[in-house]
Amino acid sequence: MTLVATRPEAAVRRRRRLRPGPRITLGFLVGPSLLLALWSVASVTGLLDPRFLSAPWTVVTTAAELIESGRLQDNLLASVRRVLLGLAFGIPLGTLLALVSGLSRWGEAVIDGPVQIKRAVPALALMPLLILWLGIGEGMKVTVIALGVFVPIYVHTHNGLRSIDSRYVELAETVGLGRGAFVRKVVLPGALPGFLLGMRFAVTTAWLYLVVAELINSTTGIGYMMDLARTYGQTDVILVGIVLYGLLGLFSDAGVRLVERRALSWRRTLAG
Amino acid sequence: MATDTRRLIRVEALTRRYGARTILDALDLEIEPGEFVALLGQSGSGKSTLLRALAGLDGDVAGDGLVEVPAQVSVVFQDARLLPWQRVLDNVVLGLDGAAARGRESLAEVGLAGRERAWPNELSGGEQQRVALARSLVREPRLLLADEPFGALDALTRVKMHVLLRRLVEQHRPAVLLVTHDVDEAIALADRVLVLDHGRIAAEQRLDGGRRTTEIRAELLRALGVTGEERT
Repeated sequence: MTLVATRPEAAVRRRRRLRPGPRITLGFLVGPSLLLALWSVASVTGLLDPRFLSAPWTVVTTAAELIESGRLQDNLLASVRRVLLGLAFGIPLGTLLALVSGLSRWGEAVIDGPVQIKRAVPALALMPLLILWLGIGEGMKVTVIALGVFVPIYVHTHNGLRSIDSRYVELAETVGLGRGAFVRKVVLPGALPGFLLGMRFAVTTAWLYLVVAELINSTTGIGYMMDLARTYGQTDVILVGIVLYGLLGLFSDAGVRLVERRALSWRRTLAG
Repeated sequence: MATDTRRLIRVEALTRRYGARTILDALDLEIEPGEFVALLGQSGSGKSTLLRALAGLDGDVAGDGLVEVPAQVSVVFQDARLLPWQRVLDNVVLGLDGAAARGRESLAEVGLAGRERAWPNELSGGEQQRVALARSLVREPRLLLADEPFGALDALTRVKMHVLLRRLVEQHRPAVLLVTHDVDEAIALADRVLVLDHGRIAAEQRLDGGRRTTEIRAELLRALGVTGEERT
């Protein structure tokens, strides 16, 4: 009897068919690159009127000019500051509400309803009230972002908390964990996957609400820069803003995913 | 015979009901310190319900009766039930402060020295169950409750776990209540085997070497409702 030491290539490949396959280096850039290529081809062939949409290279040179004059940096800084402040208030708020609501039935009874109502109301519908209450200054803009950010954090953290296996709760009871240790060892790590998923939505949501806030009576920020460009019909500047928003959203998401992969290294899932 | 002072566990007239179904029916049970008791029974006979009552995990189940158990009780479940986000050593000393050194010793006892920093998912099923054993024994329990702890393991691993459990129990001397559906496992490990049927103890066998195990095995199988050559 002979043993076959080398497995035929085809057999090896067939065994993998149900898994997504090996990780692709910089895989998250493939899709965006394709879009960029399509845009370039359309501009070169004249399929795309520059008055309607400027070519990618025009956007690049415009961006270079904006950087040279310092306008881009100033506006970017103002926008980033708003987003960071909004996240700084929104994330703890969402996490705290999710913890209270997830750990006690009374907390859920009090908190969950209003949050779901807030979720159902479009953000723009709240703007008139917020402007009346807070004016049109930075406070209003940060509040708009924070109110947008806390919802996905709350929803996903709460869901993560509630889906912690009850067997682990039982285990915590048998080894006599106290309330504090239970939260630290079981609840928080158990809800972390949900929280991080919420974070991914939160960072992209933050940029979304930033646009809403900045297009209304702003004198700094990327949104202001774009709104001004609209007045003068500068599609290239508008595009610089759009690309910037896109890049910021993309990189924030990639950042959270990086944290996710490190923080959840104990998980062996399809993402592997 | 057990005297009052020798008794570690006392259960009297224990009744547990799920809706209209009576799972435990006025059950009496005593276990001495250091005694290894195996609890056999068919599915639905109330084995796990009794174990959960002793572990204090049935606060939401209706019933009455007296349960006296020592303060230090450890539970081993059928699944290893390790927190997947805690490393192996942290799982062992879960809820214990400054017990890392003892935890390491305990892991060495179950043959897992050097795996302290591993994640539970990186271990095999048998290894995970050994971590669960270490987690139970590091607490120096006076009573070890085990709910079919080897039920999910393959036959070879199970035999190895039997040897390990016997050795550990001899070293730490807790009383053990092992719930199982495997007659041979019960005979291999226990000092006394109980058969639970319809929420009552239907048969009892002592394994003090006086009788042949084939005879005991046959009687236990009969008590479980298995007759002749048929085996479940």
